[in-house]
Amino acid sequence: MSLLPQQIVYGLLVGSLYGLAAAGLSLIFGVLKILNVAHGELIMLGGYSSFWMFALLGVDPFLSLLLTVPIMLVVGFFLYHGLFTFVAASAEEARIRNSLLIGFGLALVLHNLAILLWTADERGITTAYSGQVIRVLGLALPIMRLGGLAAAFLVILGLHWFLHRTYLGKAIRATAEDWEAAALMGINIDKTYRVAFALGVATAGIAGTLVTIGYSVSPSIGLEWTLKALIVVVLAGLGSIMGTFVGGLLLGVAESASTILLGGAYREVVGLVLFLGILLTRPQGLFGR
Amino acid sequence: MTVTLRLTVSMAVASFLGLAVVPLFTARADRLNLLILIFLGILLAQSWNILAGFAGQINLGHAAFFGLGALTTRLLWLQGLPIALSVPAGGMVALLFGVLVGAPAFRLRGAYFAIGTLGLAEILRITVGNVLPEISAMPADYVARYSLIPRYYLFLGLAGLCTATAWALNRSRLGYGLLALREDEDAAEASGVPTLQHKLLALSLSTLFAGLAGGAFAFYHASYYYQHPFGPSWTFEALLMTFIGGVGTTVGPILGAIFYVVVKEVLTVQLLEIHLLIFGGIFILMVLVLPGGLIQAATRLRGWLPSGGGSRRGRPRAGRG
Repeated sequence: MSLLPQQIVYGLLVGSLYGLAAAGLSLIFGVLKILNVAHGELIMLGGYSSFWMFALLGVDPFLSLLLTVPIMLVVGFFLYHGLFTFVAASAEEARIRNSLLIGFGLALVLHNLAILLWTADERGITTAYSGQVIRVLGLALPIMRLGGLAAAFLVILGLHWFLHRTYLGKAIRATAEDWEAAALMGINIDKTYRVAFALGVATAGIAGTLVTIGYSVSPSIGLEWTLKALIVVVLAGLGSIMGTFVGGLLLGVAESASTILLGGAYREVVGLVLFLGILLTRPQGLFGR
Repeated sequence: MTVTLRLTVSMAVASFLGLAVVPLFTARADRLNLLILIFLGILLAQSWNILAGFAGQINLGHAAFFGLGALTTRLLWLQGLPIALSVPAGGMVALLFGVLVGAPAFRLRGAYFAIGTLGLAEILRITVGNVLPEISAMPADYVARYSLIPRYYLFLGLAGLCTATAWALNRSRLGYGLLALREDEDAAEASGVPTLQHKLLALSLSTLFAGLAGGAFAFYHASYYYQHPFGPSWTFEALLMTFIGGVGTTVGPILGAIFYVVVKEVLTVQLLEIHLLIFGGIFILMVLVLPGGLIQAATRLRGWLPSGGGSRRGRPRAGRG
């Protein structure tokens, strides 16, 4: 009888990762007005970073975040300066199209580079405590995924705090609102762009680590996660990190609940249908304005 | 007809006829297969370019139409319908589906259209994979009768037809309308271009040829998963070939397809599965410094040569920065 509640729990656990994945994409899209379709590949990179730290050095996967985050910040910094400054400099209309194209090329490069370097095998992290399950009210809570949910929530809280309580965070939000006005107020736009982009990439990296901990990583997970993040961004709209997180939870629950009705084969379709439905009923998307 | 125009047309007809007599001189399967792959590449790129290059609508769901054509043709053909009817049926199904989803899809603009069509193609791919999870294998009597020659001519004919259509479209009133709406949709609408109708016409042509390409694919391959032609890599290859050659031109997709297929084959022969890594890198470079693709490179090169510098026909997509 506890099938539905159990599915909802699984949905919340995976949904927290959807929310975290989408938060990075949403931050970059909202501030820089560029759509980075290589977001899923950045998630994949974050996953491999923690996988190798665990496999080669025996670092606990949750602790490995302490290294994965700075690594991904640097990756984000170089990507921004190498590729996306060009995009950010172009006019609004061309910007989104160019970012789409650059992101597509980047996704191809990262995906195939990962296959070349690390083979196409699926990898998972198995620690001493991996198999443990906490039981509450007859519901099974796998400890690794529970840890993932907690970590994702903490990161979201941290991001929310940063964007609302620090000068730089407020500058980023002002730039997202109206970059011209923000520039006139003396905000360094280039700096807010750079920080927002690097933060978005680092968030993707954290999501990748948590995906690898709770599930697995392989070079080909990129497209799937880009789509998940896009679905959540459309679902939740821009402008609120908390809202994005809730959107992720919603998608996770919707997918899990659908497996009871339709079987597991169509769980990917549910989100996509939801996505198209919202895109079409709100032609500009739920993306702000 | 101007001199340049006559020259272009006669060169195109001559190369088409030259390719048509190739099977008379060689029966080597590897050569014919390579040419077939190039023709398939031209078909995919050229048909994608009609919507993306001319009309500026980046369709990331091209594989959906290729897949629908393949699925329809394969099912009808294995039921015993002649291939001469099955392939057009595949094209028609893709076209009908295109028109059906086109009207709502064109309410989405720019990146939303791109990700919306990508989502649509993924829905079809997953659904087909669930409904028809098995491999589609040709029955033994089909395999016994298998010959490369009719496949070769089918692909060559379709690639030629698609190129001719794109060429004629690019010079027509409709083509100019598409160009106008690509550069500025609101301004085009205000100047009296019926933008939705134009976009639907471009989509119809694009999906028709994608479906026909799928049909030819179903005729060509002995066995494959029904899901395979719906995979996003078909869209991505069409996009890469078009951009590498020169988006928004008629010659670009041909150059891009030849370059892409030949480099891919050379690398595969040397057991290097790195062609996508290389093409991804080339693609990024192109978007950054050479948005007009190989065509633009050729034009620039000609400009640098002392004797060259002739004016070019054709309208490469304006670099946007």
